Amino acid sequence: MGRFAIGRIVHGVVVVFCVAIVVFATSRLVGDPVGVILPFEATHEQRAALRHQLGFDRPILEQFGEYITNLARGDFGTSLLQDRPTISIVLEHLPATFELVFAGIALAILIAVPLGVVAAVRPGSLVDRMSVSLSLLGLSVPEFFLGILLILFFAVELGVLPASGKGGIEHLILPALTLALPAVGRLTMIARSSMIDQLGQAYVQTAKAKGIPRWRVVGIHALRNALIPVLTLSGWELMRALAGYAVTVETVFAWPGVGYLAFQAVREQDVFLVQTIVLVVAVLVVFVNVGIDILYRVVDPRIKLG
Amino acid sequence: MSESGHRVPLLEVEKLEVSFFTQHGVVRAVRGTTFDIARGETVGLVGESGSGKSVTSLAILGLIDLPGKITGGDVRWKGSSLLNRAGLKWVKQVRGKELAIVFQDPMTSLNPLFTLRWQIGEVLRHHLGMGRKRAEERVVELLDLVGIPSPRERAKAYPHELSGGQRQRALIAMALACEPELLIADEPTTALDVTIQAQILELIGEIQQRLGLAVLLVTHDLGVVAGVCDRVVVMYGGKIMERGSATDVFQHPGHPYTAGLLRSTPRIDLAQHRMIGIDGSPPNMIDPPPGCPFAPRCPIAFDRCVEPPPFIPAPNGREVACWRAYDT
Repeated sequence: MGRFAIGRIVHGVVVVFCVAIVVFATSRLVGDPVGVILPFEATHEQRAALRHQLGFDRPILEQFGEYITNLARGDFGTSLLQDRPTISIVLEHLPATFELVFAGIALAILIAVPLGVVAAVRPGSLVDRMSVSLSLLGLSVPEFFLGILLILFFAVELGVLPASGKGGIEHLILPALTLALPAVGRLTMIARSSMIDQLGQAYVQTAKAKGIPRWRVVGIHALRNALIPVLTLSGWELMRALAGYAVTVETVFAWPGVGYLAFQAVREQDVFLVQTIVLVVAVLVVFVNVGIDILYRVVDPRIKLG
Repeated sequence: MSESGHRVPLLEVEKLEVSFFTQHGVVRAVRGTTFDIARGETVGLVGESGSGKSVTSLAILGLIDLPGKITGGDVRWKGSSLLNRAGLKWVKQVRGKELAIVFQDPMTSLNPLFTLRWQIGEVLRHHLGMGRKRAEERVVELLDLVGIPSPRERAKAYPHELSGGQRQRALIAMALACEPELLIADEPTTALDVTIQAQILELIGEIQQRLGLAVLLVTHDLGVVAGVCDRVVVMYGGKIMERGSATDVFQHPGHPYTAGLLRSTPRIDLAQHRMIGIDGSPPNMIDPPPGCPFAPRCPIAFDRCVEPPPFIPAPNGREVACWRAYDT
């Protein structure tokens, strides 16, 4: 366990460092933040002065070295537009994203696993074919489009749920659903095929021969084995949601999380804020990965950590 | 079979028919199998793969799942049917308790994610209503009974931490948990090393003597049957070819199929023995012809073999389904 932890930390630091290089390079090579900060009619001298003040006129390696040393001290830089440390802006928006992403993925697992199991118990039945069709539909619809459809139906047409913003639980329903449905599609497919696979295994025959009730054979013996691939995909879904789908879904619903913040920061070319967002998300992805590895060990005794 | 009054059969299988309704057609896996087992008796059910012997053992336990179906005949446990409405309920109570089975492949027959004491204990908790603690204590005793060293520690092990032979021992312990009256051993040694095979057979024999249970040994290995069985039932193409006492059948095989099987079994007791295989391959079980299923491969087949042969009796309850029985 100790070796596992150390290995993971080293691995995580390397990943985050690589992400830092990529983010730094892209933010320096694409666009010019000075043009966004200063008004259109600013003089050439004013632009040069600001560039100098931000350090953009120094050699790129020197800038990078300073960036990394600052990071090591916990200084993520200052937002160009808000004039505050970028890290505190990101941390303020993080809870909203967690709320949305965890609600969405938890909802997806809670729908997908029972659906996949019921479908797998009777392959080819009506329930099975319906679940397959639903999964295909779910994973074929892009998040932004699904979000807009849900807003049109529930907020505009029926008027039962708010269209955007954050507040009570009713504000969470539509964005969480938008995040969940495509994941339900993918997770149901995996849960179903994995369960069909397990139900054909010899140990299931043994369990039946023990005379225990059918629900135990399916719901305990086979399900625990079938959950291993589901766990892998759930981890992937969680990472994809944090590092991608959150941006679309939060933007469509004006959900005040890190995804929406990223969208705004890019639009306003707030270089340092973008850098910090990407780094924080990278750290989160590393954490989710470690979490999944530990969960594997909990589910499957054959896997040794380290 | 001699149904003299004093022998009370524990299990009776009568004209059992099992079919699998597949996309390619109806596979008639078992076509009218009849035999019985008395208390404490060891019966060998012999045949090559596809002969219907494993399907028969699953059918006894009510474990035939769709697309398979029992299409005829009866299975009686202590005189009552396991196939009628009441029997279908009853079989769930006796399965794993009075009637237990050990499967072929110990490597895959245990659930990889649970400890031995949990898996074996589950039978005790379910059938005997034992608490977790008591069940775990009993699991240790059972593991000791089947000869697993340091059973208290091994009880906490997961299947992947055990060798093949130990896993088969654990599966036998699981089958014995509720002290069943009949143990079906479905090719219990096929997946094991030769040295381990002998140990497992010895173990089954030993436990049978100690607990007085009946054993149905399902196997393709005539050598195994000769060593441990009182009576033997030879199956081919879903039908019974021959049945009788193990000594009679092996010394004077009455059916050309049994004779062929014996010739193709390696023997160490006869130095001059040459192994001779049976030409051809097992029949396609989709819509098989009504006659003797072995006829196409039979060296002494003649015109009449297209008609289903009757059972030709001989002394000691011996019966052979062949027009030229005892000719070999």
